Amino acid sequence: MLAWPEPFVWRALFAALGLAIIAAPLGCIVVWRRMSYVGETLSQAGLLGVALGLAANIDLTLAVILAAIAAAGVLTLLSRQKMVPLDSALGLMHHATLALGIAAIALVKGPAIDLMSYLFGDVFAVTQNDLYWIYGGGAVVVAITLYLWQPLVRLSLHEDLATAEGINPRLPRAAFDLLLAVVIAVAMKIVGILLVMAFLVVPAVAARPLSETPERMAVLAAVLAILGVILGLWLSLWSDAPGGPSIVIALCTIASISLLAGSRIRR
Amino acid sequence: MSPRDAPGMPAPSGNGSCNTAAVPCSCGHNHGHQPFAGEPASEPDFDALISARGLSMWRGSREVLTDINIDVRRGEIVTLIGPNGAGKTTLVRILLGIEQPDAGRVVKPASTRIGYVPQRFEVDSAIPMTVGSFLTLGEHATLKDIRAALEETGAAKTIGQQLSKLSGGETQRVLIARALLRKPNLLILDEPASGVDFTGEADLYDLIDRLRAKHNLGVLLVSHDLHVVMARSDRVICVNGHVCCSGKPEDVSQHAAYARIFGPQAASALGVYRHHHDHRHDLAGEPKPLAPVLPTDTPPQGRGS
Repeated sequence: MLAWPEPFVWRALFAALGLAIIAAPLGCIVVWRRMSYVGETLSQAGLLGVALGLAANIDLTLAVILAAIAAAGVLTLLSRQKMVPLDSALGLMHHATLALGIAAIALVKGPAIDLMSYLFGDVFAVTQNDLYWIYGGGAVVVAITLYLWQPLVRLSLHEDLATAEGINPRLPRAAFDLLLAVVIAVAMKIVGILLVMAFLVVPAVAARPLSETPERMAVLAAVLAILGVILGLWLSLWSDAPGGPSIVIALCTIASISLLAGSRIRR
Repeated sequence: MSPRDAPGMPAPSGNGSCNTAAVPCSCGHNHGHQPFAGEPASEPDFDALISARGLSMWRGSREVLTDINIDVRRGEIVTLIGPNGAGKTTLVRILLGIEQPDAGRVVKPASTRIGYVPQRFEVDSAIPMTVGSFLTLGEHATLKDIRAALEETGAAKTIGQQLSKLSGGETQRVLIARALLRKPNLLILDEPASGVDFTGEADLYDLIDRLRAKHNLGVLLVSHDLHVVMARSDRVICVNGHVCCSGKPEDVSQHAAYARIFGPQAASALGVYRHHHDHRHDLAGEPKPLAPVLPTDTPPQGRGS
């Protein structure tokens, strides 16, 4: 059945593996800072970016990145006000961006667009150009993550302590939003807007019970994500289920096993 | 001339005045911005490890800090007391440079190195972090340095444990060890005794006192606990939005403003405790009898009101 994979399978594998490695450390920080809902909102703003990109006829990856950055800016402002709790504001924005994005895509004139491929991704439709984005953009993302790793960990641990010790919280935080936007834009191709955050959050959750230090958790998250990608793609080819969701199913299975094992050990 | 550092100032013979307060201060309400004799509002103390003048801070339309002056010098323990919501933590955040005041300024000589122990250091269990890795995080500390620092604070056995699993007292000791690794000359601790039981609290203050003596540290301690802290402080500053009164612990406890904020029983509680630690106050570290204050150790009810 799986004799020698065809090129589209290789492309899918390399794209998803690249994403797994890029997303793992960022996903850990998302989990530490309890930002998964923020990430969801940013990724759904990406759909609005797709619509605007189609309307303005610019590169869609770039449009998604810009939309996610804009959403991150709005969220930063929202987190500063005290009238509405951030969770409520997120609940509003999260759905508003999704609904606006779907409506806008439907209204944009032009070639017929497969909405489903944006919502759930199509890993087997990854092109050579997408791979350049993933590995080119990914290298930049990994480099910046490594550079900012220690301040980001310290800010996640205790913001006041880190600030008092001389870390300016603004730069790492702004850079982190930017990195998140890039990863979301890249991941959208593979798992789609609705499942992007699974790629970030689930490997980190899976790695947590098996980790003693932040660095170990980041590395382990990457390893488990690679495992999930391979299993998920195999599952997809074997069962004919869509690729993105299959990978997420595999990741979630790994995370469940890890959490169960972790609670056993602790008992 | 400014009456600053007037050593001849008589100890208070009764209630109602601080020995460093130039004006009879009736507190808990706005009484104008009278400069205190020990800390003139105009000029910062450039010899101090940290010196702030005229700090004011608004939160929306509410003024949380009004015209605060504060100095911490080498080797002294300064305790900041005040009820919840008095702006103590805001003041500390300004001194640390985390927040900028709306008015006033903070002077920190370049030689000042601050070790900070924050309030309520609760590590999210989502973050895996051993004590050992926490102490190396952002520090160029060797394993030997870390062991020595933990040894010094009495937390040597926690080195391999997860930060989120430590008890309140252990957490504080680990935080102090981290602060020490930065080789500070000024230690700022925000409510270090919160989440620590009573004996643990006394031990913790013993530790801080020992570190102060050993490393000649200036210590700024924030507390709402009056029993233990005040007795060991060289100077107590009572804050309730503004500086209500300041001075030696025994003087502040006699102060009308203090009694008004904390109630008359607070003064008596302090007296009882100080009885066991009546030689710990002297700036030079020499035993100092507290004879003039002893008769007030069992004050009549309603003192200061």
